Amino acid sequence: MHMNDQFDTGMVVLANSGPTSACWSCGEMRAAHFCTSCGKVQPPAPADHFSFFGLPRKLDLDVARLERDFYELSRKLHPDLHGVTDTREQEWSLEQTSKLNDAYRTLKDPIGRTRYLLSLEGVELEEQSKAATEKARSTGQMKQQVVPPDLLEDVFELNMQLEELRVQKKMGEDDPALLEEIGKQKLALEAKQDVLLSELKGYWEEWDSAAEIDDSGRTRVRDKMVDLLNRRNYIRNLVRDVNKVLEM
Amino acid sequence: MSSDRIVGIDLGTTNSLVAFMQGSDPVVIPGDDGLNLVPSVVALDEHDQIIVGNSARKYLIDTPERSVYSVKRLMGRGLEDIQEELKLFPFHLADDLHPGEVLRIKLGQKTFSPPEISAFILRQLKRNAERFFNAQVTKAVITVPAYFNDAQRQATKDAGRIAGLEVLRLVNEPTAASLAYGLDKKQNGIVAVYDLGGGTFDVSILKLHDGIFEVISTNGDTHLGGDDIDNILIHIALDDIRGDMGMDVSRNGEAVARIRKAVIETKIALSSQATAHLDVELPEGRRYQREITQEHFEKLIQPIIDRTVGPCKQALKDAGLKPEQIDEVVLVGGSTRIPRVRALVEDMFKRTPHTGLNPDEVVALGAAVQANILAGGSEATENMLLLDVTPLSLGIEVAGGVTDKIILRNSTIPASATQHYTTQVDGQVNVAIHVLQGERELAKDCRSLARFDLRGVPPMTAGIPRIEVKFLIDANGILHVSAREQRSGKQAEIEVQPSYGLTDEQVESMILDSFDYAEEDFRQRQVIEARNEADTILAALEKGRQSPAWGQLTSPEKKQIAKLENALVQVRGEDDYAAIRKAIDTLNQATTRLAELMMDSAVSTALTGKTMDEADMGEGPTAPHPVAKAEFK
Repeated sequence: MHMNDQFDTGMVVLANSGPTSACWSCGEMRAAHFCTSCGKVQPPAPADHFSFFGLPRKLDLDVARLERDFYELSRKLHPDLHGVTDTREQEWSLEQTSKLNDAYRTLKDPIGRTRYLLSLEGVELEEQSKAATEKARSTGQMKQQVVPPDLLEDVFELNMQLEELRVQKKMGEDDPALLEEIGKQKLALEAKQDVLLSELKGYWEEWDSAAEIDDSGRTRVRDKMVDLLNRRNYIRNLVRDVNKVLEM
Repeated sequence: MSSDRIVGIDLGTTNSLVAFMQGSDPVVIPGDDGLNLVPSVVALDEHDQIIVGNSARKYLIDTPERSVYSVKRLMGRGLEDIQEELKLFPFHLADDLHPGEVLRIKLGQKTFSPPEISAFILRQLKRNAERFFNAQVTKAVITVPAYFNDAQRQATKDAGRIAGLEVLRLVNEPTAASLAYGLDKKQNGIVAVYDLGGGTFDVSILKLHDGIFEVISTNGDTHLGGDDIDNILIHIALDDIRGDMGMDVSRNGEAVARIRKAVIETKIALSSQATAHLDVELPEGRRYQREITQEHFEKLIQPIIDRTVGPCKQALKDAGLKPEQIDEVVLVGGSTRIPRVRALVEDMFKRTPHTGLNPDEVVALGAAVQANILAGGSEATENMLLLDVTPLSLGIEVAGGVTDKIILRNSTIPASATQHYTTQVDGQVNVAIHVLQGERELAKDCRSLARFDLRGVPPMTAGIPRIEVKFLIDANGILHVSAREQRSGKQAEIEVQPSYGLTDEQVESMILDSFDYAEEDFRQRQVIEARNEADTILAALEKGRQSPAWGQLTSPEKKQIAKLENALVQVRGEDDYAAIRKAIDTLNQATTRLAELMMDSAVSTALTGKTMDEADMGEGPTAPHPVAKAEFK
């Protein structure tokens, strides 16, 4: 696991992101989000989720450490602790805390973190998916997703079974063998998701070290991650479809 | 400073309470009847005066058309939302209501919106607190069901404003309860709070970590509670009466109110005994009586309490936890006294639930803890911090009537999201945006929070403007929106039309209207202030007696002072502002010479090297002059 050396010196992260300037209240040098001298919340500065926490743009981060920093910063920034100060500082506290929460929510989740980093790299997974959805909608067609080749056969089989179950459910019939088979498939898909997640973690290390190598190395890892996330997304949707039919 | 005292308020469906932090413990402030619970019942008496709480309960039976209970069920809702409620509850709505309009409830000839009715309850709690502190109370933390949506939260905040309270924070009820529980044992672990109250159900799962109370997930049903159990029993009784006695009393408000009162008593009795007797007086001297066993009761209520299972499972799933991973389960709300409910919770979480604190009071106690934290904290609340979540996803309607979620449920609040919009027609200057709250795929199935019109977009070719809209959910769970056109840098103006909410103008006018009912408040405040002043003077006089100046008074002077002092002590305890005022003034006059003498002696001691402070002319809230008017803020 990659560890930033600075992490082990305690509160460094709190004082770490970007150039610091004088505190609006006491004039001392301050940390990025609050004054280390008088504790006042500072006006928010533009920062991405990584730099908000004073982190480099790396994927293999220490989540336990992130949580500790999240709690620590919450104790400094949260609006509840600035209930009796001037309105300007209250506003900053609200803004800073919402940024803190948004950053923590994104970074603590492995998938969310990867997607976010890719978006910083200019890859808009979300946009791609939305564009596809909108295109499908405007042409009145079901959204076509590219089936990962290794899943082609299983997916075909599963869709047949789901259709059969749907019909049975409508007729009020019950086929335990079919249910069991679909249940098995669902478990297999979920296991596949886990496999993909650990595969993704393998790419993290590649990415984090590629950052110091060259552009083509970065592009290669980036494309692998994009591909993996798309596959995982496909499987997730499939599981959702299965659940929908099961809950019918 | 007593003027900054912040109280914690549980504005419940059935009962409401006010609490505050006394030293290191939160305590409930009783009403003048000595009871902690103020029933959330509001009535208009024969002189058109508003009556709240225990004294309003008799009006439910005597003049049901001039009284209302469970108004919390109507907060932040529109006519089309409450059709189910109307079948089950005797709400008398104004006759001229239109869909999309804020509801109005009839009490006699007058009509009030749900926030106004709630404000009457809040005002009563405020009065109780003011009587208790002998000082004005203007700031409060108010609890809401965790699963309340934006409109319901707004309505609660409006109610606070109408009642003359600055609502510093809305806190989710289960979270507040966890604060009250967490106060004495600051341990780490995962806690589930199961909160089944009079009209709402919430479940929250929290992670406790060195004083941080982090909500991981929450779920619930804002229309599920003890009320629903009462309604089942009422319908059985009505059916019995129709079948066995050949009487239809379902449209007789008074009879239904009597039945309701009786079934509630029966329900409560069945939590501790195997059978209970139902006995209701009916019109024409008839009487409805029957036995009901606990077993039968449990069978009847099973479908209702089963409705709590789904939200619990969803909350666990959202938290990514299995029941075995829950370290502790806390029960909140009066309905959790029902043994069958406890059994269900135990079964679901595989834990014996905690019941150390009174389930009726724990939410208010927690609100008081949060009020203390907001006021700057104390030794008892040091290091305590609540990190709550938004219960419902926030989204925007996109092409095809589909909901595009932009802040997911269970996101820690405050939370924000930014969306970009553009125009579809050349020269378009306004963009309409529809904000939704809920989990459903289609916009029509979600709660419409507001429609925003972005105005003043500079005319450009379609698709060129880039309008950034920022959504912010604040620490109260309430949405704020701002917008900017990025190419021109122009601030696009936003017009918020809250669906089913009150506009600022409406709230302002309701605050004015409420003064009609605030005479009592005003009188009460005058009495409180006069009493404070009396105390100051009496204390100063006591100091004066100890001073050398006292010896310089003649004995008729001393006698006169003692007589007037007694008179003031007498009237101080009464509710007559004018009498207290008069007694203060006369005592003031009679002690003027004493004050002067003390002043002289203070000056002479100062000259002999002592300071004014050491001259001991009274301390604390007293002014330098023992009989000078004290200031009250």
